[in-house]
Amino acid sequence: MGKMMETVRLTIDNKEIEVPKGTTIYKAAKQLGIEIPTLCYLHLDDLNIENKPGGCRICVAEVQGRRNLAPTCSTNCENGMVVKTHTTRVLNARRTVMEFILSDHPTDCLVCPKSGTCELQNMAHLLGIREIPGAEYAEMSKYKPDTSPSIIRDLDKCIMCRRCEMMCNDVQTVGALSAVNRGFMAAVAPAFEQNLEHSTCTYCGQCVAVCPTGALTEVDHTPEVLRALADPTKTVIVQTAPAVRAALGEAFGMAPGTLVTGKMVAALRALGFDYVFDTDFGADLTIMEEGTELLDRIKRHLSGDTTVRLPLLTSCCPGWVNFFEEYFPDLKDVPSSAKSPQQMFGAIAKSYFAEKIKVDRENLVVVSIMPCLAKKYECQREEFSVNGNRDVDYSISTRELAAFIKQANLDLNNLEDEEFDAPLGESTGAGVIFGATGGVIEAACRTAYEMYTGKKLDRIDFTELRGLEGVRSATIDFDGLPLNIGIAHGLGNARKLLDDVRSGKSQFHAIEVMACPGGCIGGGGQPAHHGNSEIIKARAAAIYREDNKKPLRKSHENPFIIKLYEEYLGHPNSEKAHHLLHTRYFDKKKKVIVKQ
Amino acid sequence: MHLLVCGGTGCHASESDAILWNLRDELEAKGLSDKVQVILTGCFGFCEKGPIVKVMPDNTFYVQVKPDDAQAIVEEHIIKGRKITRLLYHDPKTKEPVGDSKHMGFFKKQLRIVLRNCGFINPENIDEYIARDGYEALGQVLSEMTPEQVIEIIKDSGHRGRGGAGFPTGFKWEIARRNKSDEKYVVCNADEGDPGAFMDRSVLEGDPHSVLEAMTICGYSIGASKGLIYVRAEYPLAIHRLQVAIRQAHEYGLLGKNILGTDFSFDISLRLGAGAFVCGEETALIHSMEGHRGEPTIKPPFPAESGYRGKPTNVNNVETFASIPVIILKGAEWYKRIGTEKSKGTKVFALAGKINNVGLIEVPMGTTLREVIFEIGGGIRNGKKFKAVQTGGPSGGCLTEKHLDVPIDFDNLVAAGSMMGSGGMIVMDEDDCMVSVAKYFLDFTVEESCGKCSPCRIGNKRLYELLNHICEGKGNVSDLDRLRNMSLVIKDTSLCGLGQTSPNPVLSTLDNFMDEYIAHVRDKKCPAGKCKDLMEYYIIPENCVGCTACARVCPVNAISGERKEIHYINPEVCIKCGACMEKCKFDAIIIR
Repeated sequence: MGKMMETVRLTIDNKEIEVPKGTTIYKAAKQLGIEIPTLCYLHLDDLNIENKPGGCRICVAEVQGRRNLAPTCSTNCENGMVVKTHTTRVLNARRTVMEFILSDHPTDCLVCPKSGTCELQNMAHLLGIREIPGAEYAEMSKYKPDTSPSIIRDLDKCIMCRRCEMMCNDVQTVGALSAVNRGFMAAVAPAFEQNLEHSTCTYCGQCVAVCPTGALTEVDHTPEVLRALADPTKTVIVQTAPAVRAALGEAFGMAPGTLVTGKMVAALRALGFDYVFDTDFGADLTIMEEGTELLDRIKRHLSGDTTVRLPLLTSCCPGWVNFFEEYFPDLKDVPSSAKSPQQMFGAIAKSYFAEKIKVDRENLVVVSIMPCLAKKYECQREEFSVNGNRDVDYSISTRELAAFIKQANLDLNNLEDEEFDAPLGESTGAGVIFGATGGVIEAACRTAYEMYTGKKLDRIDFTELRGLEGVRSATIDFDGLPLNIGIAHGLGNARKLLDDVRSGKSQFHAIEVMACPGGCIGGGGQPAHHGNSEIIKARAAAIYREDNKKPLRKSHENPFIIKLYEEYLGHPNSEKAHHLLHTRYFDKKKKVIVKQ
Repeated sequence: MHLLVCGGTGCHASESDAILWNLRDELEAKGLSDKVQVILTGCFGFCEKGPIVKVMPDNTFYVQVKPDDAQAIVEEHIIKGRKITRLLYHDPKTKEPVGDSKHMGFFKKQLRIVLRNCGFINPENIDEYIARDGYEALGQVLSEMTPEQVIEIIKDSGHRGRGGAGFPTGFKWEIARRNKSDEKYVVCNADEGDPGAFMDRSVLEGDPHSVLEAMTICGYSIGASKGLIYVRAEYPLAIHRLQVAIRQAHEYGLLGKNILGTDFSFDISLRLGAGAFVCGEETALIHSMEGHRGEPTIKPPFPAESGYRGKPTNVNNVETFASIPVIILKGAEWYKRIGTEKSKGTKVFALAGKINNVGLIEVPMGTTLREVIFEIGGGIRNGKKFKAVQTGGPSGGCLTEKHLDVPIDFDNLVAAGSMMGSGGMIVMDEDDCMVSVAKYFLDFTVEESCGKCSPCRIGNKRLYELLNHICEGKGNVSDLDRLRNMSLVIKDTSLCGLGQTSPNPVLSTLDNFMDEYIAHVRDKKCPAGKCKDLMEYYIIPENCVGCTACARVCPVNAISGERKEIHYINPEVCIKCGACMEKCKFDAIIIR
């Protein structure tokens, strides 16, 4: 007998279908082109992420012989089943349940950050809800609002879809969010309804990325940025992270994976930024510092130094940094001490570049455009400021930038491509691939290989390091030295590798970790993917396409990087480089303090 | 001679412990300690008249005994052999004292299988349980029967789970047996949560070993070596007695390794629940035991496939387990003869509300509601008229006069628009407003919803609010359609049994008492005079003598009128406290 997949045959809306055993009615219907509406269900199959608590009860359908309606998202197909997805009984139930949900939801759509991209709003529209019966005497469940450095929680808008909880616990294993209270007051919150700041939250923003409503949103820095741009005494410069260019177009109706680098630059210039730079420059710089640190540790290790800590862990992802400071503080000397590209960029902008253009750092405003919400927190960390003046003043997400561009009445689709400014806008393909999982370590390998062997790399694409598998590993041949590389994206996957490091079982020389599934392209600040993992894949493809197009694809070949070391820093890991480009980590293990 | 003193929670709270000690002291003083034994037992069920002392072997049943009565019981009854008339139960109809429990209406129609030992043995003494054939079923099972044979008997007996849904017990065991695993669990659901229901508590307090024995038999049958009892932390006495029973069973080799010298090992531990109604739902119960939030998940997978810690788990409630040893000993044929065609055996009910004999009773399936309410229950209190009975706990339906002759079983109750549930039975009389009753039960389910699914979390709240709206006199006729639609959708779309049944009180009262709803929304009247906003205190001019008593007692000065003249209540000012009506000696004040 071969491995025949067991199948079942059923009828959905009078159409016959045969599906593998274990397929849900929802999925089988989708194959038939029948869209069943839902508010809580979420499935990112390539990333192995699924949320189906069966809580919203919008996706219900009639199953012949069954007493009550079945939640299609979590009911498996069975042989001979007869399913009806849009009968009057179903439509009436959906409408009534939707009226229930809306009766406990604020109606401040005009000023809600989610307006326009809100799944609840869309559902109300789809189901044609025009009034909420009994609204005049319906009590609303009210909660205290909570603002953290990155994320705003407005639980009045929580519909208990539990997606955030699933992301925080099952995918990220951060455990900051779970259901609290019962009945009408049930909501998802940190333990004891503490503020996010007092929880184990890493600000990865994956909860925000999947929230169907305005319950979880980012702290909007756009007003501050606008104020700085309008202030003639300020020189405002902007840096854009690699993942932004692969997703920004989606907010303007372009197909996922459309690269809008040139249009984005033009838009930023039109918005009034004095210099439009690229975080990829900071990424190239990161490779110089982190790559050198990696080689140094390996050489010391090979020469028998037992004090050296291996594997080296990448440190560009601020959500990941928060995670190990919270959960693995005992390992805080293991990660690379190199700052993230955002902060390296900020440090150089407010020293080297400020000197060059003769502007005081107080009058130089550095803005970053990031696919990330943890970057907002990162730029507010005390160690990244000089006399209270931050290296990076404000960080806005891809979504905030899209909204800003629309506010300024700029038609991104029809803007002519423009180039980044020099010198901090110049980058290599190695900087670009930072945006996808595996990209940082691939970029590091390109440079470290040539530094270590002194030979030219003939094959620049380390395809063995790419993909969407949650935990990956590969051995790269450094001219006779086998270098074991580990890669994890999603903090739950990172935890698996970290547990091995802690117990001494890890055989890796270097590990790349990105907090968000997919890497920065799947970041918490990107346009919502609404559960479609094809979008993540398209963004990754765009990143590698951009890399391929670049004339220079290795960080150490970036002429402006070379010039920066010659003119200012000396050499990688020099004292000055250490002062400006490296950092240290803290033990942030939270003690739960319950405030009554 | 034995003196049985009830040690159930109710009697315990009314100082039955003191009665016990006083009886022992008196006997000691009279030198009778070795002739008469005083035993603290489990609940007799007749809680209305507790504390109870029963004299054996003559079955004299003393009610509402006070600690000071100990002397009389010893001197009069024990020494002189004279029954103490004032302590006997008096029939409410004939007003005559009843000499022994066998002739009491409360016990006459009862058949006690589950409660067989409650009120007979000291639950903290394993020997007394063994003396009444305890652990004999386990011995038989382990020495003479294969697991399949045990399951076959249970299946053949037609026993259905007493937790509420009535799933056939033997089939449940069979599924758990069929699922292969290195570890399986037997779970006893003792998270009794229905308001007014206390049958599980009584069994655990009065006969804990019957549950332990049955769980061990179940473990043997399905291939499990661990048992867990999920019991409410609010049942401290039950927990204590379970702990004592588990310890004693260990000492006797009836729990632990190699039970009764066989290869079979089984152990039982307790898990305390924090008192969430929804944790009575088996998936929620399992999540709670695992340390997770107590909320249900969608079935399948059923616990029998993937339950506690992902292993096959058989969950039965206390009452179910307590029936098992008897079925094994007396056989399926015997058990099948009791009950109706599709519901075999007996069922325990907790009688509450406007009924004379509040308490715990056990009757064969098929007994009618009339027999339970009017014969065992002794009829309605204060000679009032029966209006409705709500069966099945807070999410059961309200049945009326026309249902009184329905033989009680799982299917008949559902057909009548209610359910068996765990066996709560709340009786209402003519003074009860059925809209308020529905509101009252909704209040409970709103409070106890876990909040996971939208229809239960928000829908029940909205149902409650709408009922409240109607009770305040703000409803209109179209609200009744909305009420029905919301109820039907909540039933149709909720995730677990809680939401799927919580609108039953609304639907059944809409079906059976539509006229009361109409009165509320159209005439703005509450026929039972319960809804404050819909009532008006009114002085009948012909009856008023102008004594001014009402005016003086009114806290808000709503009543005006000169001395010896007819008084008048200003409805705008009146807060409907009822103080005037209570004060009036001339029946001049009425609610209209």
